[in-house]
Amino acid sequence: MAPKLDPMIGRYVRTDIDGVPHRLYFEEAGQGIPLVCLHTAGADNRQFRHLLADPEITSRFRVLAFDMPWHGKSTPPDGWERTEYRLTTQSYTAAIRAFCAAMELDRPAVMGCSIGGRIVLNLAISHAREFRALIALEAADFQQPWYDTAWLHRPDVHGGEVCAALISGLIAPQSPAINRHETLWMYMQGGPGVFKGDLYFYRVDGDLREKVKGIDTAACPLYLLTGEYDFSCAAEDTTRTAAQIPGAELQIMKELGHFPMSENPAKFREYILPVLAKIS
Amino acid sequence: MSPADRFARLPALLAADEDLLRRGRWLTVDCRVDIGSEPFFLTIRDGALAAVDRGPRLMRSTVFTFRATDEAWTQYWQPIPAPGWHDLFALTKRGAASMDGDLRPLLQNLQYFKDLLALPRGKA
Repeated sequence: MAPKLDPMIGRYVRTDIDGVPHRLYFEEAGQGIPLVCLHTAGADNRQFRHLLADPEITSRFRVLAFDMPWHGKSTPPDGWERTEYRLTTQSYTAAIRAFCAAMELDRPAVMGCSIGGRIVLNLAISHAREFRALIALEAADFQQPWYDTAWLHRPDVHGGEVCAALISGLIAPQSPAINRHETLWMYMQGGPGVFKGDLYFYRVDGDLREKVKGIDTAACPLYLLTGEYDFSCAAEDTTRTAAQIPGAELQIMKELGHFPMSENPAKFREYILPVLAKIS
Repeated sequence: MSPADRFARLPALLAADEDLLRRGRWLTVDCRVDIGSEPFFLTIRDGALAAVDRGPRLMRSTVFTFRATDEAWTQYWQPIPAPGWHDLFALTKRGAASMDGDLRPLLQNLQYFKDLLALPRGKA
C-alpha cells in the first residue's frame, strides 16, 4: 500500500540575519504566489499545517511557513547559551526579510498571527512595497497585558505547561477538542524562555500606536482578521487599529479565538479563502 | 440555583472526573474561591477535594484566593460562554474577577484549576 504522505515538504535554509548565520526550518507546499506564514509567539510553523495541505490554497499559492529562530526546528544562533532571548521589532523584521530574500521570493504575500500579526503591521509601515499583500491575524497596534510574563520562565513552574495553560483560554470554546489540544501541545514544546522572549516584542518593544496611521494600503493591501474569543487581542483592539488605516479591510471572525488556523481550520477557511481570492 | 449553590456541588463533580484527578495528583494546597460574596475554602490533597467548607471561617488561612462576581460565574458556566466570559483570565482582564496570595501553586497547576473551576459549566 502506498504511504499516506502529507503534501508539505520540510527543509532548512541558511541565511544571515543581522550578520549572524542562521539555519531556518521551513515547510512549503503549492505553486503560484508566494505566501509566507508567521506563527504565534512561543510556537512554530506547524500551526499552518492545514493551510499547507489545502488544495484550494496550494493550487494558487506557494505557501511557506518557517520556524522563527529559537522556535520549532530552527536552531538558535551559536552562543545562544550566553544570551537571554528577546525578540524586537528590528530583529523580527530582519528575520522575515532575510527568509524572503534567501528564498528569492518575488513580492510575497505575508500572513502572520498574534506577534506575527503585529509584525505584519510593521511590514506595512516600513516595507510595504516589498510585499504583494499583508494579512494580520489577531493583530492590533497595542494590547493591554493580562498576566505577568515573569511566570513563563522560572525553575519552579513548568514553562511549557504554564504557557499552554495560559493561552488555552484564548481558544474559542467551539473549537474542536483535537485541534485545541494540538495547538496546546505546540506551546508545551517551546524552548525555555522563548515565549517570554517573544512577548518582549509584543509588550515592550512593539508598540505601534500612532505609527499605524502612516500605513499606505495603496502601496500594499492590508487585511485584518480577529477571532471574537481572543481576549488578548480583542475585537475592539483590531477594530480600533483598522479605523486608523484608510483602506484596511477588517473582519471579526465568529466562533474563533487567538489561533484561528490551528484551533479550528475548517472555520478559519471560511474567512481566509475570500481574502486569498482577492490577492490571487 | 444560585452560583454558590452550583459551586457547592464541586466535590461530586471532581470525584466523577478521573482525568482531572490524575492531572492534579501532584497538588496539595489550601485555597479559597469566592463565588460572589460567599467564600469557599478548598482543602486539596493529591488533586482530590479532602474538604470544601462553605461560608466565612474566622481567621482561616489559605495560600491564595480567586474571587469573581456572581455574574462572572454565571456567565463562565454557560454551556458555551460568551466572548470575554469564557476564561478565568478573561474575567480578570475585564475586572469581574481577581486573584491574590501566593500564586505559585495556581500557576504550577493552572490548567487543573481552570478545569476545576469550570466543572459546574453546563450543569445548572
